[in-house]
Amino acid sequence: MQYKIPSKIQYKIIGNRKVLPNRFKKKVFIPFLILGDPDYNTSLEIIKSVIDHGVDELELGFAFSDPIMDGITIQKANNRALSFGMNIKKAFDLLNDIRKYSDVPISLMLSFNLIYNYGIDNFLSECNKLNINAVLCPDIPLEESNELVNLAIKHDVNIPFIISLTTSYERIKKICDISSGYIYLVSLLGITGKRENINYSFLEQIKLIRGLTELPIYVGFGISKSEHVKHILTNGADGVIVGSAIINLIDKNLENNQKMISEIIIFVDKLMVKK
Amino acid sequence: MKLNTKFGEFGGVYIPEMMVAAMETLENSFIKYINCFKFKKELNQLLNVFAGRPTGLYLAKNISLDLGFKVYLKREDMLHTGAHKINNALGQVLLAKYMGKKEIIAETGAGQHGVAVAAAGAFLGIPVKVFMGEKDIERQKLNVYRMKLFGAEVVSVNSGSKTLKDAVNEALRYFITNVKTCYYLIGSVVGPHPYPLIVQKFQEIIGKETKEQILAIEGKLPSAIIACVGGGSNAIGIFNEFLDDKNVNLIGVEAGGKVKKHGKTLSNGSIGIFHGSKSYVLQDKDGQIKEAYSISAGLDYPGVGPIHSFLKNLKRAVYGNATDEEAVDALKYLCKTEGILPALESSHAIAYLLKNKNNFNNNDIVVINLSGRGDKDVNQLIYADSDLYGGC
Repeated sequence: MQYKIPSKIQYKIIGNRKVLPNRFKKKVFIPFLILGDPDYNTSLEIIKSVIDHGVDELELGFAFSDPIMDGITIQKANNRALSFGMNIKKAFDLLNDIRKYSDVPISLMLSFNLIYNYGIDNFLSECNKLNINAVLCPDIPLEESNELVNLAIKHDVNIPFIISLTTSYERIKKICDISSGYIYLVSLLGITGKRENINYSFLEQIKLIRGLTELPIYVGFGISKSEHVKHILTNGADGVIVGSAIINLIDKNLENNQKMISEIIIFVDKLMVKK
Repeated sequence: MKLNTKFGEFGGVYIPEMMVAAMETLENSFIKYINCFKFKKELNQLLNVFAGRPTGLYLAKNISLDLGFKVYLKREDMLHTGAHKINNALGQVLLAKYMGKKEIIAETGAGQHGVAVAAAGAFLGIPVKVFMGEKDIERQKLNVYRMKLFGAEVVSVNSGSKTLKDAVNEALRYFITNVKTCYYLIGSVVGPHPYPLIVQKFQEIIGKETKEQILAIEGKLPSAIIACVGGGSNAIGIFNEFLDDKNVNLIGVEAGGKVKKHGKTLSNGSIGIFHGSKSYVLQDKDGQIKEAYSISAGLDYPGVGPIHSFLKNLKRAVYGNATDEEAVDALKYLCKTEGILPALESSHAIAYLLKNKNNFNNNDIVVINLSGRGDKDVNQLIYADSDLYGGC
């Protein structure tokens, strides 16, 4: 497939933060991948392929030794990347290689300890240089968010926060106030990993959140089928993030890169929002 | 959160959003019941009749003669299930019961915390699930069987390094999934707020008794208190009551391990965020968590309680270490001089005293927290013996 350089992203400004215009334009499907999984070159190849296929946005994770929110699939992806020598410097190199290829919107997801050790200021400065849309730390709740959020404003990087099924209304209000970029709604009580059936009770949360913010609402965790994606996107969400179901295809095809990539593309194609 | 979540810059609540409501509820319940007469009375009774408190403060006469100054042992090793862990297990199982929780989960390294929770759960009638690394299951078979005897389910964890840190990861994952019904009973002063405060509260009885006992026997405070530090619950348990007594030196002893492999989180680690709080951590320059190592499974944890990081930076406590070999020698020394078999963990505290005996003079009084007994370590000792000395 021929890759076309997309035109410069037009951000919408909400408050003093820039927001991708997707919510106002179209519904988005966002693949999640671990940078450097299974190794640097294959990871770059996979990411280029899904970009070529026209995905709207990417969410990319930095491998961490102890990811507590992740199920076995993403744990294994973290370990694979680390065992092939992935580290922060190489993750930024990889992002740089991706950026040479495409300016597709990219959000990062990573444990706060990696940012803390790199230096929060330095990390966000790198993100700014790489035109990273947002940085989400699953282990930074509101209570610990001050420094990160303030420095992110300085470097013009969005910091989305997670809302879960156990988040109270009062707290949802605060999260909507402080979040930038988008709101990440976790669809279930639990860790990442594909589920056969989805309990759609979180759709109620979407209504609540929609009443409180104009920010796009992305839903993640457990989603693995195109019917899940369609149902969620037609019921108020602006984006759906799918990780484990894609990463499973890496895991299954470690011996055969071509098969791995073609299975990923076929799967991603099924989940993508057709324009 | 209602209480201060930090100890200086350390501690905090670095947790996924899914856990926040549960930590708020836990904090509220803790505040409510810790001041509730009925709860306190029931816990005291359990500590007395079930666990066997108060424990003695024992003047180790032979060691004192040998070293030339008085050495007292706080006999937490005499407690039911064999270590100080039962203090916290009873406190938190009772808290879980008052909160109406239907299931308790715990992580365990050496198995002492797991055994204590399993016993308390059996007694108080709440099902217990214990997460334990595959490697630890292998080296602590005895404790695994004890947990099963008490009716607990032992979940083998084969992710990561298959040891304590991975057991904590897996327990956290289970907790996030079952957050509404399940109580996560952390065994040390680690983890997110309010766990360090809760565990400290349930362990502070060690220091309270010690102070009362030493004043009754000696009429004055000790010159030093020594305790081993993995996560740091027995150390903070005995230190806490003496924090304001500036003339009492507080000494924590970490696992020196052997060549290049150790559990010296406070002395060799750097500040990071791990398992929900900011503290010293064994990690590489990127912040990837390293594996800790010690002959004693209870000390090989790459994190440490945020309170200890705070006390270290304040210089209120000092933290040294003892190697595997020094700990084994100290264990044997205590066996031969006093007829007491200490846990390998506690042996690190004795080893520190032995190698630093010249820092004390004949007026000094030293208290060692003998946090656990060594029956569980006999298999390990047979192995270590052949390893270190080429056979007994």
